Amino acid sequence: MMLIHCPYCGERRPEIEFAYAGEAHVARPVDPSAYTDEEWERFLFIRANPRGRHNERWRHIHGCGRFFNAVRDTVTDKFETTYKAGEPRK
Amino acid sequence: MTGFRLQLGGRVDRSRTVTFSFDGVRYQGFAGDTLASALLANGVSLFGRSFKYHRPRGLLAAGSEEPNALVSVTRGPGRFTPNLRATGVEIYEGLEAVSQNRWPSLKTDLGAVNDRLGMFLPAGFYNKTFMWPRSFWDKLYEPAIRKMAGLGDAPTEEDPDHYAATYAHCDLLIVGAGPAGIEAALEACGTDKRVVLIDEQDELGGGALSDPAQWAWLADSVARLEQAGNVTLLTRTTAFGYYHDNFIGAVERLTDHMTQPGEGAREKLWRIRAGEVVLAQGAIERPLVFAGNDVPGVMLASAARTYLHRHGVAVGKSVALMAAHDSGWHDAFAHARAGVKVAAIIDVRSEVDGALRVEAAALGITVHLGSSVIGVNGRHRVNGIEVCVGGRGAATRIACDTLLMAGGWTPSVHLWSHSKGSLAWRDDIGAYVPDKPNENVRCVGACSGKWDFGKGQVIDMLPTPRSPARIKAFVDFQNDVTAKDIKLAVREGFRSIEHIKRYTTNGMATDQGKTSNLNGLQIASQALGRPVVDVGLTTFRPPYTPQTFGALAGHAKDALFQPLRKSPIDGWAEANGAVFELVAQWRRARYFPRGRESMLAAVNRECRAVRSAVGMFDASTLGKIEVVGPDAAEFLNRMYTNPWKGLEPGRCRYGLLLKEDGFITDDGVSARLAPDRFHLTTTTGGAARVLNMMEDYLQTEWPDLNVWLTSTTEQWAVIAVQGPLARGVIAPLVEGIDLSPDAFPHMAVREGTICGVPTRLFRVSFTGELGFEINVPAAYGRAVWEAIHAAGKPFGIVPYGTEAMHVLRAEKGFIIVGQDTDGTVTPDDAGLGWAVGKKKPDFVGKRSLARPDIVAAGRKQLVGLLTDDPAEVLEEGAQIVADPNQAVPMTMIGHVTSSYWSEALGRSIALAVVAGGRGRMGEALFVPMPGRAIRATVSGMVFHDAEGARLNV
Repeated sequence: MMLIHCPYCGERRPEIEFAYAGEAHVARPVDPSAYTDEEWERFLFIRANPRGRHNERWRHIHGCGRFFNAVRDTVTDKFETTYKAGEPRK
Repeated sequence: MTGFRLQLGGRVDRSRTVTFSFDGVRYQGFAGDTLASALLANGVSLFGRSFKYHRPRGLLAAGSEEPNALVSVTRGPGRFTPNLRATGVEIYEGLEAVSQNRWPSLKTDLGAVNDRLGMFLPAGFYNKTFMWPRSFWDKLYEPAIRKMAGLGDAPTEEDPDHYAATYAHCDLLIVGAGPAGIEAALEACGTDKRVVLIDEQDELGGGALSDPAQWAWLADSVARLEQAGNVTLLTRTTAFGYYHDNFIGAVERLTDHMTQPGEGAREKLWRIRAGEVVLAQGAIERPLVFAGNDVPGVMLASAARTYLHRHGVAVGKSVALMAAHDSGWHDAFAHARAGVKVAAIIDVRSEVDGALRVEAAALGITVHLGSSVIGVNGRHRVNGIEVCVGGRGAATRIACDTLLMAGGWTPSVHLWSHSKGSLAWRDDIGAYVPDKPNENVRCVGACSGKWDFGKGQVIDMLPTPRSPARIKAFVDFQNDVTAKDIKLAVREGFRSIEHIKRYTTNGMATDQGKTSNLNGLQIASQALGRPVVDVGLTTFRPPYTPQTFGALAGHAKDALFQPLRKSPIDGWAEANGAVFELVAQWRRARYFPRGRESMLAAVNRECRAVRSAVGMFDASTLGKIEVVGPDAAEFLNRMYTNPWKGLEPGRCRYGLLLKEDGFITDDGVSARLAPDRFHLTTTTGGAARVLNMMEDYLQTEWPDLNVWLTSTTEQWAVIAVQGPLARGVIAPLVEGIDLSPDAFPHMAVREGTICGVPTRLFRVSFTGELGFEINVPAAYGRAVWEAIHAAGKPFGIVPYGTEAMHVLRAEKGFIIVGQDTDGTVTPDDAGLGWAVGKKKPDFVGKRSLARPDIVAAGRKQLVGLLTDDPAEVLEEGAQIVADPNQAVPMTMIGHVTSSYWSEALGRSIALAVVAGGRGRMGEALFVPMPGRAIRATVSGMVFHDAEGARLNV
């Protein structure tokens, strides 16, 4: 069972306290109606799914409840870092 | 004791005799014996029958790598454990063990005919042979194969034992308490580190237990560890898996060795998080591959030494050694010094260390160098071996009753591999050793490839003049895989070791190839003409040895398998005869039968009461979220399809929630209590999902909004009072709220008290009747429920359950999200276009409602369905077709989502999704069922009181 560092709690805690929440930095547009069908499809459905370094979201759902971002290697399943929502991509 | 017990020696307690039975025969051993050593002492050499050929098998090993001697132990009803290794079963007074995979008896096994038919049972035999006809597989082939090829019987009764579980945290975890593991623990003695040392055996010491020269050191070391204070010692504990971030799973066997197990837990699951892990798992001796290497009496040389020194048991009266490694010579010498006759030492090597030859000569042992065993005489027990020089020429027979094999050593890298540490191949020892770690872990001792028991030659098969096609030289003893099978797999085109493994099943038995993987790899490598490193290595996976389901499940069974949520009114429902159903994790009253009333009769009675008088319903399980803050209305406006900003405090609104893809995910009636405070309700099953979704948008998309979300599902008990007489029932109990229709209209909310308890009183209806949903603090829920029930008596109040609730709402065409929708239904598909705020610039899912697929014609739409035969109630989930006479497979145009008998209408009703449904009003469609097709007509969704007159009274 992995240990995940919550950037809000400042603690590494077992993964059962956390919930995965998909790829990070997929921002909802301020005005979705201005998006073409193709742009909206990309926003809704298309994800990077990389082999290796992945920016992704987690929620410390059984802890502080905050959503945060992480960089995890999808090959080794190791976390490189975690950072607060709203901070720039790492 | 007669037989094979030596006069002296061993760590067994000769003052304590233990009586036990094997296959119904009583034997005696000593405390400290395993079932294996005690049976050996009694001259038993036949322990089981092999998996496929039913060949007689004896002990190969003395530890957890044992592939052959699998037994079942029974200790009363429900306490039957199959597939235990006899080498790991500690004997206790009254132990009852039986052999497996034989019929009618171990000595006379009719399945052994497979051995004579061996040439017809090559690798992949089952896959190639039992293919056609397909229908024969389930009824004939599979049951027959399962009966013939198998391990022990599965237990048939419920396990009455209970199992404990614990978490542990330490700075240093050491797996394996042989000399290397103990040294690692001693180094940490007296430091401030929390140390855990675990070992699968009943005693610390590992290999040192088989070497009397180390016993004084061992006793001293164990005493130091016991006194250290910072070291936890766990014996009879198997570290079975190594997971992320130094998380190790281990099972401690607490009572299986006891005559009186008592009432305590049988096993304990340890979940250990360690700062650093030291693996000291040791190495496992490799068998040699030659014809007859599985005859009872052929065993690993190191195992024989363990029986000799640890248990004081000679494995035979006349012992020969077939060696490719120095270590076997020392094992043979130990036997000679203990007075056991050593018939010969045969070594495949032409040259060995001179000191070995000098010592052999001194002990009077005949030595055959550059030679190999090419055959073994005897079926139930070795009575001689055939030896020839260089794999050529005539064979010499040597009489003996036991043959030891010394094929070199394989480091136990199982846990290291679980942790994803890399491995490096070493040609000199013919094995993989740990290379680069992936966790904070290191390997010490023999499992790192370091040992002091000499050198050897790496060899795939002993040279033989006999045709390889005609001999059975076993590689995997437990799965009956021979060298010939592996070569056949290569001839048939398999190249990857992972494929060869699956085709031949080499290394796939319960021992996970502890003694077979490396020999199989060497043979495949030779057959492929490629170096071992290019052939690869199969993957090690947990568990290291088989573990019980009981230990892994722990307390998570029966009522503790998952939480059962009960409403505050659940106790009343139970006392009043409710039949319950599970909704998500909630237990809900489904109906309240009177006497022997059927479900249909009860539901009809409950529905009649609501439509004609008044009913009461426990709606406490509804999800509830308190939304508070200056931006609460703006937040809801962005989340829901409906407009919220104009909703006056004191009013309610039906809310529809989409996901960003435009499909309905939840709904519920919500109330505005104040400009900055909303009381939201969600579906019973959707509460957690909706709160998570709202938190997600609030935290990450709109962090500028000043809103707080709080789950209040369990803070409120909710009592729905529904029916034309509802107002009269609650009026005497309510204070501070004017219940008159003008002051308190449909879809309004008021705060006051009921029975003196603060309430949020909703005037809402999920039945189509005049209705109230009374929210009171959960602790008062049952008291208020009982008060309303008493007050309702003169009105004929009837408690109703979820089944009647479903019927009543379906009569009104109210959907249930998740039943009438399935994640592909838009508001328009569900006929809920009216709930979408047309003037709102944005809300979650809005943009998707304009996607081409969503606006296309012909989408499945929710409609009503009325069967021609009013008594016919359709099956929920049944498919719908336009033409019942078309060829199979028919074109399905939709399916039934809800279907009930409607007592109010005196006929059946159904809701269904149908392609282009709203354009088919009045059209006849068909629901094909076995042997017939049911005709039904498309209708609107509201079957009862379409104008809603009954609501506004």
